[in-house]
Amino acid sequence: MSNVLEIEHLSTHFHTEEGVVRAVDDVGLQVRQGEIVCIVGESGSGKSITAMSVMGLVEGPAGRVAGGRIAFDGIDLLKLGRNELRTIRGNEIAMIFQEPMTSLNPVLKIGEQLMEPLIEHRKMSKKAARKRAIELIGEVGISRAEQIADSYPHELSGGMLQRIMIAIAISCEPKLLIADEPTTALDVTIQAQILDMLRRFKEESGMSILLITHDLGVVAEMADYVVVMYAGKVVEEGEVVALFENPQHPYTKGLLKSKPIINQRQDELYSIPGQVPNPLELTPSCYFHDRCAYCMDICRTQQPVLKDAGNGQKVACWLNEEVTPV
Amino acid sequence: MSTIHAEEAGAAKAVPVRTAPHASMWRQSLRRLLKNKLAMLGFAVVAFMFAACFIGPLFSPYTDNKINMAVMNNAPSLKHWLGTDALGRDVLARVLLAGRISLTVGLASMVLSVFVGTLLGVIAGYYRGVVDQLVMRLADLLLTIPSLPLLFIFGALLSEWKVPTDYRMYIVMLMLSIVGWPGLARMVRGQMLSLREREYMQATVVLGLRDRRKLFNHLLPNLVPLIIVIATFNIGGAILSESVLSYFGLGVMAPTPTWGNMIDAANNMIDFQDHPWLWIPPGFSIFATVIAINIFGDGLRDVLDPKQKR
Ligand SMILES: Nc1ncnc2c1ncn2[C@@H]1O[C@H](COP(=O)(O)OP(=O)(O)O)[C@@H](O)[C@H]1O
Ligand SMILES: [Mg+2]
Repeated sequence: MSNVLEIEHLSTHFHTEEGVVRAVDDVGLQVRQGEIVCIVGESGSGKSITAMSVMGLVEGPAGRVAGGRIAFDGIDLLKLGRNELRTIRGNEIAMIFQEPMTSLNPVLKIGEQLMEPLIEHRKMSKKAARKRAIELIGEVGISRAEQIADSYPHELSGGMLQRIMIAIAISCEPKLLIADEPTTALDVTIQAQILDMLRRFKEESGMSILLITHDLGVVAEMADYVVVMYAGKVVEEGEVVALFENPQHPYTKGLLKSKPIINQRQDELYSIPGQVPNPLELTPSCYFHDRCAYCMDICRTQQPVLKDAGNGQKVACWLNEEVTPV
Repeated sequence: MSTIHAEEAGAAKAVPVRTAPHASMWRQSLRRLLKNKLAMLGFAVVAFMFAACFIGPLFSPYTDNKINMAVMNNAPSLKHWLGTDALGRDVLARVLLAGRISLTVGLASMVLSVFVGTLLGVIAGYYRGVVDQLVMRLADLLLTIPSLPLLFIFGALLSEWKVPTDYRMYIVMLMLSIVGWPGLARMVRGQMLSLREREYMQATVVLGLRDRRKLFNHLLPNLVPLIIVIATFNIGGAILSESVLSYFGLGVMAPTPTWGNMIDAANNMIDFQDHPWLWIPPGFSIFATVIAINIFGDGLRDVLDPKQKR
């Protein structure tokens, strides 16, 4: 299977008054056709900024993609001009955000917002676009589609708005859908329906999904391949089953341990001690060292690189190095 | 996680619509405006002034402005409800005709400054950078000079250059919009800067929409309430400024009557004391119109732009 998205050595920096924040630091990942890749990690680990870098949403003056390659279908997005990018965005790559309530324009009707990408990318007439928009509302499981098309965002619930966002995203049949915590703002029952719908659309259309989440339950349910991020770096990646059965990095182990297990009451939910490091105070080291139970001397002074760990997994941890360098 | 076990997406059909659909925001705003008694009073006064000035003269026998020495400075009577002036002209007819000019100047200069201010504000706020700097420094420059002295200078120049009095009305409109647009441009720009950071604007980037669509479909509709409110206040301000200018003989000149130059014509001790019907009607018209517009504008702002308090 071919790679729809290939990210290599991506670095995205923010130049703030206190210093440079390396929000994304030398990150690589691939998404193959028809595959769901999940990026997991605690809040602040650079998941959203990775997605935004792909979409070209990191804006100056503070933020800048400092280096790397983001190839979509073999084309480097970082080298494209504004207009070329515009024809890809919303058309071949779509994105949905965490907050459906604020992602739609409050003064425009739902139907109008659904029609826009169709008119823009599919060159549909207004009439055809409206017809398709109403069909799409039905396809995301909302009844009374005509009536919904004529209502304003504030008249719908969060779950319905997220369905609309999905409808907008899939309207031009993209090859890649990036979903940044699409269910985090929703009730649990709605979460499941939304994820289910995403998977159904993926199966019907063969698109790929880059799903960002901090919820391992979502990962277990959705992912084919998992990328674990911590403080702007990939610390471990692998096929979902292998990674869940045999996590290698202490951070991944911690994340898995902190996930509640069904039908198995624990006295107290485990959580990884400590906090994500301040991105301004990072020194050459394993960024996880001060929270790691297996921390060695070398972890404090040198950064481990991502290496094959067998079983299709890759991990960046000194524990996995055969020979400990001096 | 237990939450992951989902039924088919069809279950969402049960999710209810939160409020009655189709009750658009505009209709809601209108309903609230209609309930605001003070604002409606303001609106009624403004509407009355417009109707009186534009329709009233059609029913008056004295609109020819003919000089009639037989009835100089007559006090109000059944024949001349507001009396006559020093040239024997009917004051009521003149106040209404003057109102046509004053209201037209106010409206036209508002339209012009709203157009220029919105355009420049939108461009500055949307493109930022050098364009923004240029536009905003120009606006700041105009804002730092108090507008009345600036208008006086313009007016004096017009007199110096002997601009024909027929054209002066149009030039006064232009002058008023030159001092009117910067404040508006600045507010529109501020609003744009805040709007462009909204998540739904990021969404339009992600959707690959053209700038034109982003501007006209997504940003402008969000600016409309603000623009309506500022425009309303702007009319009041323009009417007042025009009156002041004309009062000082720097705006629209006789024989074209405006409320300002009518008061100016009565600007002497004798008229002030003995012929109050010469200056009270135009003075009251200015006062009532401007106050009413501002009260209405306040009401509009409460309805359309509740977050923004002066
Ligand atoms: N505009 C910005 N300016 C400075 N730092 C930023 C900015 N946006 C994000 N960051 C930093 O980038 C890091 C990664 O953020 P993000 O990708 O949003 O994390 P998450 O994994 O929760 O999505 C965080 O440390 C955050 O502080
Ligand atoms: Mg995030």
